[in-house]
Amino acid sequence: MDALDVARWQFGVTTVYHFLFVPLTIGLSVLVAILQTMWHRTGNERYLKLTKFYGKLFLINFAMGVVTGIVQEFQFGMNWSDYSRFVGDIFGAPLAIEALVAFFLESTFIGLWIFGWDRLPKRLHLAAIWAAAIGTNLSAYFILAANSFMQNPVGFRINPDSGRAELTDFVAVLTNKVALVTFPHTLAGSFLVAGSLVVTVGLWHVMRNRGSADTGAYRFATKFGSWVVLVSATLVVLTGDIQGKIMTEVQPMKMAAAEGLYTTESPASFSVLTVGSLDGSREVFALKIPYLLSFLGTGDPNGTVQGINDLQAQYASQYGPGNYAPIIPVTYWSFRFMIGFGLAAAAIALLVLWSHRKGRTPTSRWLLRAGLVMPVLPLLANSFGWIFTEMGRQPWIVFGEMLTRNGVSRSVSLTEVLTSFTAFTLIYATLAVIEFKLLVRYARAGVPDVSDRPADDDTDDAERPLAFAY
Amino acid sequence: MELTTVWFLLVAVLFTGYFILEGFDFGVGMLLPVLGRGDRQRRVLINTIGPVWDGNEVWLITAGGAMFAAFPEWYATLFSGFYLPLLLILLALIARGVAFEYRHKRPEASWKRRWDQAIFWGSAIPAVLWGVAFANIFRGVPLDADHEYVGGLLDLLHPYALLGGLTTLGLFATHGAVFLALKTTGDIRQRAGALAVKLGVGTAVAAVAFLGWSLTIRANAAAVVLAVGAALALLGGLAAARVRREGWAFTGTALAIALAVATLFAALFPNVLPSTLDPAGTLTATNAASTPYTLKIMTWVAVVFTPIVLAYQGWTYWVFRRRIGVQNIPQH
Repeated sequence: MDALDVARWQFGVTTVYHFLFVPLTIGLSVLVAILQTMWHRTGNERYLKLTKFYGKLFLINFAMGVVTGIVQEFQFGMNWSDYSRFVGDIFGAPLAIEALVAFFLESTFIGLWIFGWDRLPKRLHLAAIWAAAIGTNLSAYFILAANSFMQNPVGFRINPDSGRAELTDFVAVLTNKVALVTFPHTLAGSFLVAGSLVVTVGLWHVMRNRGSADTGAYRFATKFGSWVVLVSATLVVLTGDIQGKIMTEVQPMKMAAAEGLYTTESPASFSVLTVGSLDGSREVFALKIPYLLSFLGTGDPNGTVQGINDLQAQYASQYGPGNYAPIIPVTYWSFRFMIGFGLAAAAIALLVLWSHRKGRTPTSRWLLRAGLVMPVLPLLANSFGWIFTEMGRQPWIVFGEMLTRNGVSRSVSLTEVLTSFTAFTLIYATLAVIEFKLLVRYARAGVPDVSDRPADDDTDDAERPLAFAY
Repeated sequence: MELTTVWFLLVAVLFTGYFILEGFDFGVGMLLPVLGRGDRQRRVLINTIGPVWDGNEVWLITAGGAMFAAFPEWYATLFSGFYLPLLLILLALIARGVAFEYRHKRPEASWKRRWDQAIFWGSAIPAVLWGVAFANIFRGVPLDADHEYVGGLLDLLHPYALLGGLTTLGLFATHGAVFLALKTTGDIRQRAGALAVKLGVGTAVAAVAFLGWSLTIRANAAAVVLAVGAALALLGGLAAARVRREGWAFTGTALAIALAVATLFAALFPNVLPSTLDPAGTLTATNAASTPYTLKIMTWVAVVFTPIVLAYQGWTYWVFRRRIGVQNIPQH
């Protein structure tokens, strides 16, 4: 074990952890904004209750996303300083723009929204949640543009004197085709999580609190969330399909690794499940769908998909001796888990909708159990998606330009990285338990009573208690 | 003006803004156990910064991002070199940020006590360490010819740096007390005002010593003027706090922080991180900078968006301009 290994583990752990909270922030900010808009439009208190209820869950989650995000920005300099030196000219700009354009918008307007209930004019208060939601979704674009440069570097040249990458075309970086398709894919994946959470909580109350005065609100939320899940699942699949084709073109090794495809095939079949040697090079049993991989990768059922061995030989002659294949079991299984968990969430949403048809109330214990695990499924799908896309890029940190092992900080010792890895893991684990318990507590508590809202005309009363105060 | 100079100034401005804004957040956090008698008073203190602390922290994220984009070498050397102090700052900011949001989410006193601890330490630790970090940036650190940090943790903890840490600790605590006197009513307002004066006197001694020591390390005419200005602003702020002119007191401490940071950056220019070993290792605004093309794009983005950000963030402070007191805290 050396500093490089620990630095990689730390990046993996802190990034996957950060991305447990980000999808909820992205998705729920918009869903809460939609609910508040519905209240604004109809005046129906049911939507106000749901806005406040899901808004609270949103905020419990939001705090975690914010604080774990700072770690991400600092980590490039702390653990990956040679990477930062190499790509800083290109990679730093989207990060700085993300902060200036998106994070200020998000954080400032979240503050206005939390503390502005009954204090800001209603219209302005509604605008605040929309501004925060837009900021949040915008931030995803810039960070994904930065990540897409690592997958498919464009708009740069290597300075022959310094050996560093230098920006030559910023528009090319922002319109990287990987970024253009990863952005909607990531957003759709995020709405999958947010919709699932809305369903879980709504369904639990529908089934457990029968006859409650708020059943109508929960029924609405359950169905609303289910539709969000179904629509986003469709979008995830559609964008994922385009991603597969772009990946086959710009990172063929990643596509081959997703499939454990060692030899070039045309047509190539998609393996649903393979039992074989751990590295996948020898198979004992395999369940395969003919033509599917060719279709996924190229759009043509008879298209050629390059295999790992051929690509390895090609890269070795291009970049010099070395192993240019990622860890195949990791990419193979994370790719399948990503798809499987995502589809499972969509299937449950379908069942939930079916169980509510024509005013029915579901009674099945199994449905309730499935509903309760629902948000975990897209979270796992998202995590495996990131593990796949980042591990599938290995051994490169910037594909074709810099190896991961050359990006690590030279001046940082193993002890230092171990200290920070341990510290982050411990504090993250503790906070995960606390956050989960709080979410459950507030989810169980149900929608708030909104009958004691002050009338709209006494906003000048300085003695009045503050809404949503810490 | 060269774009590298523009970005040197912008990074300086971003850190200045960060220290002024999160400076009082840190101060409020540190004073929580001192000024907050009982849960309702503590909630008043936290709610004075409730709507704004997150936006204030984005100044740091923007400063870090700007450093990365405009001076990648500076960012890379600094963040990998100051590894453990930055780790502590991150852990503190994590605990503190979550604490604001979670403290009131359960009624138990033990729960609140624990988050109060997180707020206190999460504010005090960065308040000290930012001073230590900036004192080291100013004095210089051991860098080899490749701009790699070759010192250890102890190379960052010398008396000058510790005095820097004491200075920021004192400045932020005083700034926080002055802010609380400005933003609260009743008993808290009185005690915060009185405490600001007491804290301020000690802080003034530390700050004058630190700035004086700094100017013996490196100085130019502008830095001397700025340092004198910082001292005068702090004393003026304290005088205003003494006579309960809270708006002027806050202006004074904010200006003192701004001028103290400006002193360091003015004397440092054109260096951004001097090497105490090989002079070839010294990072400057030129050799640490990105290409002119990147700087040009970043400049346009900053020119367009900075005024917008300042406008809506300023507006937030206007919306929440009113003082608050225990009467504003809901019963549950």
